[in-house]
Amino acid sequence: METFETVKKSHADGDGHGFDKKAIIRTFWILLAITCVELIVGMFIAPHYHSLKIMFNVLYIILTLAKAFYIIAEFMHLGHEIKNLVMTIAVPALLFIWFITAFLWDGSSYNHLRNTYDPYYHERTTTPIKQTTPAHGHENHEVEKPGAVH
Amino acid sequence: MAQTAVAGKQKWWEGGKSPFNVEYGKLMMWYFLMSDAFTFGAFLISYGTVRFSSNGWPDPNQVFSSFPFAGHTHLPLVFVSVMTFILIASSVTMVLAVGEGHANNRKGVIKYMIWTIIGGLAFLGCQAWEWHHLHEQGAWWGRNPFLNFGDTPSSTNFTNFFFTITGFHGFHVLSGVVINIIMLIMTIRGVFDRKGHYLMIEKAGLYWHFVDLVWVFVFTCFYLF
Repeated sequence: METFETVKKSHADGDGHGFDKKAIIRTFWILLAITCVELIVGMFIAPHYHSLKIMFNVLYIILTLAKAFYIIAEFMHLGHEIKNLVMTIAVPALLFIWFITAFLWDGSSYNHLRNTYDPYYHERTTTPIKQTTPAHGHENHEVEKPGAVH
Repeated sequence: MAQTAVAGKQKWWEGGKSPFNVEYGKLMMWYFLMSDAFTFGAFLISYGTVRFSSNGWPDPNQVFSSFPFAGHTHLPLVFVSVMTFILIASSVTMVLAVGEGHANNRKGVIKYMIWTIIGGLAFLGCQAWEWHHLHEQGAWWGRNPFLNFGDTPSSTNFTNFFFTITGFHGFHVLSGVVINIIMLIMTIRGVFDRKGHYLMIEKAGLYWHFVDLVWVFVFTCFYLF
């Protein structure tokens, strides 16, 4: 009969889970590569294509989820655990899909409604302030048309 | 994979053993991490909601462009990349510590736990510098000196969310470092050798990886979006 003692022993003698040092190092390089891609896009590519911001955000989400998958599956070892355990984590996590969609949709709707019914708010928050002296690290932006914000 | 069924399915739910093939403490750590994931998720999603409801928001490439000891420089996102690298590297050393624990190699566990603690402290130092630098520029809860992208007037939502969420995460890093130090002391004193297993290190490892995982999302939400 499998007790805590036998489970403990199989975990302790190393090949209960086949601790794979190579896979860990490989996962590190994958995470580093994904992070570098995100940073290159975020620092050098995206600033030049502001109209495509939504597309870049989708890309960041996909890359971040990929990183999350690797950290959970390899570093936290969940990829090698028994299926039922994986499910107790994965199934509740699906709630996040609803959570994120519902609340961002709500936020967006609030924004739309407020702009529609509160034109003063709309004008106040979309009219650029003319800058006389640049703030620390701040480059002089050209004054853009109101509403041209991302 | 663990010893799997040979002929006929393994009866996992008959009692007398863990149905998930892990010890109780490890399972409970996973469930705690789930709850913490929803807490952080709630914070980050509320940040997303407020941002979506706003007409403008500061540009991270402008706000986060400094580097320690580099004076008035403009290096967007470089410093936060260093922070991300430090935390991921400390996660790797934590996994290696767990691996050494599997092999019952006390010296190996000590070595990698020390590296993990150093990584955690380095990250905290970096975050403290980031906070201090932003504070010097006039940013704090209730104070936002940065204009939105496009130079429209900004609100304090930006700084409120930034300091709250990175602060909450930093608090988790701090508690993780404390836990890791306790694990290190227990390892040095031979507690796990006497027990015959290093499962405590594994549980501490899960918490540390979680902290790293949250940072990946915080970094994306505040610095990339």
